[in-house]
Amino acid sequence: MPAVEVKNLVKKYGSIDAVKGISFSIDAGEIFGLIGPNGAGKTTALRVLSTLLSINGGSVTILGYDLSKQAGEIRKLISYLPEDAGAYKNLSGRAYLQFIANFFDPKEVAAMVQKGIEITDLGARIDDRVDTYSKGMMRRLLVGRALMTNPKLAILDEPTSGLDVINAQEIRKLIKTTAQKGTTVLLSSHNMLEVEYLCDRIALISDGKIVEEGKPKALMEKYKARNIEEVFIRTVHE
Amino acid sequence: MSGLGNITKKEIRELLTPATFVPIILVALIFATMGNSIQGIQEQSQTPPTIGVINEDNSTFGAIASTILHDHAKVIYNSTSSSDKQVALETLKEKNGVALIIIPQNFTERIRHEQPGNIEVYWIMKGAGLMDTLSSSMFESLIVYINTNISKELIQENTSIHNASFVLSPTKRSETTYFKNREFQGLSPSTISGMLSSQTMLIPIVMMMIIIMAGSIVITSMALEKENKTLETLLTLPVKRTSIVTGKIVAAAIIGLLLAIIYMIGMQFYFSGFQFSGGVNFAAYGLVITSMDFIWIGVSLFITLIAGLSLCMLMGTFAKNYKSAQTLTFPITMLAMIPMFITMFADFDTLPLALKIFTFAIPFSHPMMAPRALLFHDYTLVIGGIVYVAIFAMVTISIVVWVFKTDRLLIGTTKFKWMKKIIRRRF
Repeated sequence: MPAVEVKNLVKKYGSIDAVKGISFSIDAGEIFGLIGPNGAGKTTALRVLSTLLSINGGSVTILGYDLSKQAGEIRKLISYLPEDAGAYKNLSGRAYLQFIANFFDPKEVAAMVQKGIEITDLGARIDDRVDTYSKGMMRRLLVGRALMTNPKLAILDEPTSGLDVINAQEIRKLIKTTAQKGTTVLLSSHNMLEVEYLCDRIALISDGKIVEEGKPKALMEKYKARNIEEVFIRTVHE
Repeated sequence: MSGLGNITKKEIRELLTPATFVPIILVALIFATMGNSIQGIQEQSQTPPTIGVINEDNSTFGAIASTILHDHAKVIYNSTSSSDKQVALETLKEKNGVALIIIPQNFTERIRHEQPGNIEVYWIMKGAGLMDTLSSSMFESLIVYINTNISKELIQENTSIHNASFVLSPTKRSETTYFKNREFQGLSPSTISGMLSSQTMLIPIVMMMIIIMAGSIVITSMALEKENKTLETLLTLPVKRTSIVTGKIVAAAIIGLLLAIIYMIGMQFYFSGFQFSGGVNFAAYGLVITSMDFIWIGVSLFITLIAGLSLCMLMGTFAKNYKSAQTLTFPITMLAMIPMFITMFADFDTLPLALKIFTFAIPFSHPMMAPRALLFHDYTLVIGGIVYVAIFAMVTISIVVWVFKTDRLLIGTTKFKWMKKIIRRRF
């Protein structure tokens, strides 16, 4: 049974069709990338799968639960990292991680916080107020928050957004390791190198529709492209 | 286009939003409704007071008093025998009268013998607000006028009375007030109103302050969740929407109550300097707030705070950022201030029906009205108010939870598109 199964998903904002009947599935432990230009519907699709938005058509099953009927159960198993997420500015980094961990199993709170601190790698700054953090530090805190809860499905919208090359690489390795330990990952990214390095499979989305789907290598062969960027340009613009 | 014009156009486009105008339009409507109703009360108070006169003294000074009363007031009951007192009082109560004046048989004779002539005044008090006591205040000035005219007469007569103080003040008053089926001997309506105000004014002010402060906390909290981009994360965590809504309301209520305690301590000292009791023991008239009454007031305050905060929470879902949150606090502030002024200026019982419904509908009115109602054992108003506010709170919380379950919280409303189109066309 796939970890995520999306069938003919439709999402509208009033009269605007943001997602026009997309379908895909993700196997357990797989890293699946949703790639597309701005306004293609990537973030909308991720927000729907994160239980934030209701759907106007189709069906979504996550880890055996129906999204429309069992959103509460799904929230116990997933973790969502929005692209432009923030944290509570009056809290320290540690207090923020503690606040999030408190929503989960009380027996695992301490271990979760410890894991979060290790992922963020902020050293002594973990006890400083969040509003004193740089953009990169904030993103590391949020990635730590998203992965410390050992989610069955991690939904990451532009996970390395705002990070420098070194920090971005560390986060990519972390995502890879997390997937190897059994977490299914659904991510979106503009960074094609990142996609190529991280994803087992990708779906290219344009104007609310999936225009291509497959393993990065297979797609490059199919389009006789040197990299995913070329595949992306050909599928979206040709 | 010049730099100035360009900046002005851009600023107007940003400021011309429903969030800016809707609260102000609402407040304008509320003021218009209040103005119309209060105008009605004022017109009523400007008409001559309706009174009854029993004049048993047909001599000089009795005649002077009677003439003044007939000339400056609307006398609906007239008699020459004090045995008609009960009939007169019943008539006045039926016909919305303010007072019954009895000028006793020996009025002139006592003055001639250098003893103050007694004017017996039986007040019929309808409400304890400032507006309610306007007619009785007007009538009090008539009694002063009677005293002045008798003084003039004494001076013109060039009597043998040489006590100047007596000549300037030849009459005295004995007063009895009937209010809410009780008899207050020796007290005038303005004294009773003053005493009630000093005993019941603290709660309306404190209630208003809690709502403004705690309400602002809730609205700002929602706005900051959106502005700091923490709301999306919060909504994907394994926590019920009801818990998020209730948690925010309870936290604001605790902070609001803490602020209220600090505020009340200060206000208590402030009011203790102004409290007017007139040396009269309220308990002697059975007007005591018992410990059970305090529990009712506490329940009313708590339920109203929850209702108020859930209303603020609902407003908060409309807030896009800190700036818009400040605008949305304004209608809540007005809703808290309106009942405070209404309870200060008028009594719920004497309000015109429209204003009565309006006041009852505002949840914040109830703890403000509760202390006075409990003094007079009007449990129907207090318990009815608590039930209404509890229902109001439950309905509002359900709406907030529903909003939290919909997309509206994150993607905003698609309504007001027509207004946005007009703004785009014009600018």
